[in-house]
Amino acid sequence: MSKYYDKVETISREELTELQSKRLVELVKRVYENVPTYRAKMDAVHIKPEEIRSIADISKLPFTEKQDLRGNYPFGLFATPMKDIVRLHASSGTTGKLTVVGYTKNDLHAWSKVVARALTAAGVTADSIVQVSYGYGLFTGGLGLHYGVEEMGATVVPTSSGNTQRQIMLMKDFKADVLCCTPSYAIYLAEEVKKENLSLDELNLKVGIFGAEPWSEEMRQVIEKSLKIKAFDIYGLSEITGPGVACECEYHDGSHISEDYFYPEIIDPVTGEPLPYGQEGELVFTTLCKEGLPLIRYRTHDITSLNIEPCRCGRTFVRMNRVTGRSDDMLIIRGVNVFPSQIESVLMRNCNVEPYYQIIIDRVNNLDVMEIDVEVNDSMFSDKVKELESLKRALESDLQSNLSVSAKVKLVGSNTLPRSEGKAKRITDNRKI
Amino acid sequence: MLVNQIAVFLENRQGRIFELTEALKKANINMLVMSIADTSDYGILRAVTDDNAKAIKTLKEAGFTVNSTDLVGIEVEDRPGGLAEVLKVLYEGGIDIEYLYSFKKANDGNAIILFKVANIDKTIEIIKKSEVKLLEQKLY
Repeated sequence: MSKYYDKVETISREELTELQSKRLVELVKRVYENVPTYRAKMDAVHIKPEEIRSIADISKLPFTEKQDLRGNYPFGLFATPMKDIVRLHASSGTTGKLTVVGYTKNDLHAWSKVVARALTAAGVTADSIVQVSYGYGLFTGGLGLHYGVEEMGATVVPTSSGNTQRQIMLMKDFKADVLCCTPSYAIYLAEEVKKENLSLDELNLKVGIFGAEPWSEEMRQVIEKSLKIKAFDIYGLSEITGPGVACECEYHDGSHISEDYFYPEIIDPVTGEPLPYGQEGELVFTTLCKEGLPLIRYRTHDITSLNIEPCRCGRTFVRMNRVTGRSDDMLIIRGVNVFPSQIESVLMRNCNVEPYYQIIIDRVNNLDVMEIDVEVNDSMFSDKVKELESLKRALESDLQSNLSVSAKVKLVGSNTLPRSEGKAKRITDNRKI
Repeated sequence: MLVNQIAVFLENRQGRIFELTEALKKANINMLVMSIADTSDYGILRAVTDDNAKAIKTLKEAGFTVNSTDLVGIEVEDRPGGLAEVLKVLYEGGIDIEYLYSFKKANDGNAIILFKVANIDKTIEIIKKSEVKLLEQKLY
């Protein structure tokens, strides 16, 4: 069994640059012809597709922002007719609208391939049994890993998320040797295993592939120790494709980006200027092969750096270091992207006027919990407990349905939340990741 | 007769009720009666003062969320079954009571019950047709 899934993972940097250049030239032509928004963006800065001759020209192209996806909701940025789109996924947008991604058959195949590369790098083989405990559905985690496992010929157990007792029972009975889920769920699972007095020897787990939320070396050590496995970081975002954009190899020193499909850049988040390898900044991706939703210089708002040093594993793909933060205010709660603006619009809708509020995030028993403290103002206040409690419940259920993650609402007195220069401090993140 | 009440939002924090009474004291406002409804996160303090308009202004300036509402005041004899007779009238009249609290003024044999009801006009109409005595004296 080869330790690489694809030959391309070890091609020379020169060959890779040539491949990327060829793909970029085709991509730019394709989007200019098929996507009015891209044509308008390029026209606005007087760039013609002919001027993009190699990957070195990429910085001439304008960025794509999440707002571009929202502004073209739902299918406006698709570069192929709908008859060629075979699947849709969606993730949280900055307001009520979702960010929608469409995939052609080729897109799905490419995605399966990059996931298969990631699994192979983590030591998964055709003999492996892989339990996928990411949510299945509009979220890309579950189905993304699922088809990658099938692509490489291993066995997939599509448990999806939730129902931990059943997850543990199946893990024990089916003898899964690989687990895919969020790192915080892995810790939770480990504690549940302990609570059930199950010996780890009754499980057959050897490898865990964890992503969809930032985690640390300390968390890795906790997971590896408590489940007796090797833990690998997998990176991705639905706009670019989903999980599998990058994944760690056995050396755990950064995640190799599948650069033949996704061209990474690091930019200064303020000026937009490209930064050299090694320097920390905002990660930007260009999808070199995507047909359904090709994106040019898409700003992920994830802060990291790229490592071009050759890796001992032999892969020539550049490695991205751990994501250390965000250049916007997006929060990741239990693997779900949450924007404070989504919370704000729910509050506006239910409270008539915009109340002062604060988002407090914590990690309790290894699971993220979110509390929204809302100052009770005159228009919300009632002398009846019944009415205040029903407002609280309405907020909680509206938040749940809009964010796809639960939040506890706490009503607090006016002028009690911390403010700076008259504005409430919106987010307190007490998680120690 | 109707009795005007103020209601104040109180988050569950040590010293919060003290801060409220301190603000009223500084403004020389006297509370005649109060009650608190509490939940795990917050409470609602309801009170009748000798100057509700001034109390509202004072408390708002002190940063409290306040509103005011009218309650139906009833006088009952301070003896076993006094309240039961009133509640029987309201129950048979189909009146939904949101909350109530009571107190007894000194030098007077009667207790005073303040009712928060959904429909004040209907409540008064029903009471007037019964033996129950609406509060007549001014509380302040």
